[in-house]
Amino acid sequence: MRNKSVIPGFGLTMGFTLLYLSVIVLIPLAALVFKSSGLTWQAFTEAVASQRVAASYRLTFGTSLVAALINGVFGFLVAWVLVRYKFPGRGFIDMLVDLPFALPTAVAGIALTTIYSQNGFLGKPLEAIGIKVAFTPVGITVALIFIGLPFVVRTVQPVLQALDPDVEEAAVCLGATRWQTFTKVLLPALLPALLTGVTSAFARAVGEYGSVVFIAGNMPMKTEITPLLIITKLEQYDYAGAAAIAVVMLIVSFFLLFLISLFQKMERS
Amino acid sequence: MIASTPKVTESLFVRILLILVALIFLSLVLIVPLVTIFSTGLAKGIQVYWAAITESDARSAIYLTLTAAAISVPCNLVFGIAASWAIAKFDFTGKKLLMTLIDLPLTVSPVISGLIFVLLFGAQGLFGGVVSWLDIKILFAVPGIVLATIFVTFPYVARSLIPLMQVQGNDQEEAGLTLGAGGWRTFWHITLPNIKWGVLYGVILLNARAMGEFGAVSVVSGHIRGMTNTIPLHVEILYNEYQFVAAFAMASILTLLAVVTLIAKTYVKWRTGEEQA
Repeated sequence: MRNKSVIPGFGLTMGFTLLYLSVIVLIPLAALVFKSSGLTWQAFTEAVASQRVAASYRLTFGTSLVAALINGVFGFLVAWVLVRYKFPGRGFIDMLVDLPFALPTAVAGIALTTIYSQNGFLGKPLEAIGIKVAFTPVGITVALIFIGLPFVVRTVQPVLQALDPDVEEAAVCLGATRWQTFTKVLLPALLPALLTGVTSAFARAVGEYGSVVFIAGNMPMKTEITPLLIITKLEQYDYAGAAAIAVVMLIVSFFLLFLISLFQKMERS
Repeated sequence: MIASTPKVTESLFVRILLILVALIFLSLVLIVPLVTIFSTGLAKGIQVYWAAITESDARSAIYLTLTAAAISVPCNLVFGIAASWAIAKFDFTGKKLLMTLIDLPLTVSPVISGLIFVLLFGAQGLFGGVVSWLDIKILFAVPGIVLATIFVTFPYVARSLIPLMQVQGNDQEEAGLTLGAGGWRTFWHITLPNIKWGVLYGVILLNARAMGEFGAVSVVSGHIRGMTNTIPLHVEILYNEYQFVAAFAMASILTLLAVVTLIAKTYVKWRTGEEQA
């Protein structure tokens, strides 16, 4: 099992780690699977695939995908600008990128709702040109862009930093234009990191609650996200139904985690 | 690097254009919300702002948030150090699996993180009978809030320490032990000074998440005013009651915490870089 080592404390630290992990994480998560296994197959499929639930999946996955793709473009741009160019305020911007990690989701939620509501700073001009943001899927997407941005920037940035400038110089020496160098040399090298970042942003968005619930409007079939539906089921004391939807979400999370680990393997090779 | 290879960069026009687009995007996404929080909170003057953050429900929300953080930070700190010691200092089979399991709480939706404790301790929950027989309250009470907070902040310290301790290796500890220092002494005098910035980094992130958690805590809290409301939950209640100024005043406390967190995080990262260089 373990190498012979003079370092002490394996038994103590490992024992405590496993005990604490079981009590805080594993047993509670097992309760989820246990509770939903109490349902018959028919009741389970009914709980996880009824019309209202299916509508919430479409909304949640659709808005999460759009937000992740937008973050893919702008997050990449932000990482590029931060690594490659010098401009006043760069250090400040670099620090600020992590704001969505540090700002509590509920605070982000009420701030975005205020900004994009009918009388809000951005909501008013957008409304004037006929775009309603708050209480529509567009608003949900805006919140998910906020939440997901640092995931893309922080995965692309270190890889871009570590890129060897020789490769670019070689491309230039061989007569490539700047655009050709970018699409043929840089982009392929950065693609795994970009995919990792976009998938991480997507995975976070799918489960997001706090920042979305204020701006969503929460209309069944229209602007009701899946995490909110779990809470609705709980409030109706439908514990098994809530657990069943949660199990589906958990399986999706595991699948996304698996995808991310594949992209990370690509990155290393 | 950029100055020495002028051939492999974009024209000045493209550079300025890209910087501008990035700055406009970041202003819309990050700076506008930040300004909105403070401007709305202070919209009716400093006195209204002060009253909103010092009234009794606000005070008890602040107190509960501090309590939840004061319990979950040390718990997960001890766990994080123990787990990274076991993982970074020893080789054993199943290490990858263990690391994946430790990261699990980060991949679970906050709502599900709360739900699992309702399923355990709720009236129809697995341990619901035991809990009511013992006549203790876990759900819709402080213990439930603390448990949910510990769950969502579970991996932070371990995640920041494991890679750091793996890079540092065992040489220094082995030297200390060979020279006759005991296990604890080696840990206090050799390991801890080496990982202190990593520990601090993890604790900063852990604390920010503990004080700001909304989804998981919302599911287990029961939203009893003055009793089981943390600051984020109090913000929600005020907002839903259209008390926007008070809601944003409370939100501004959490925003200040976030700003302090970002600055502290940047400082610690810079210090770690300095020490490694």
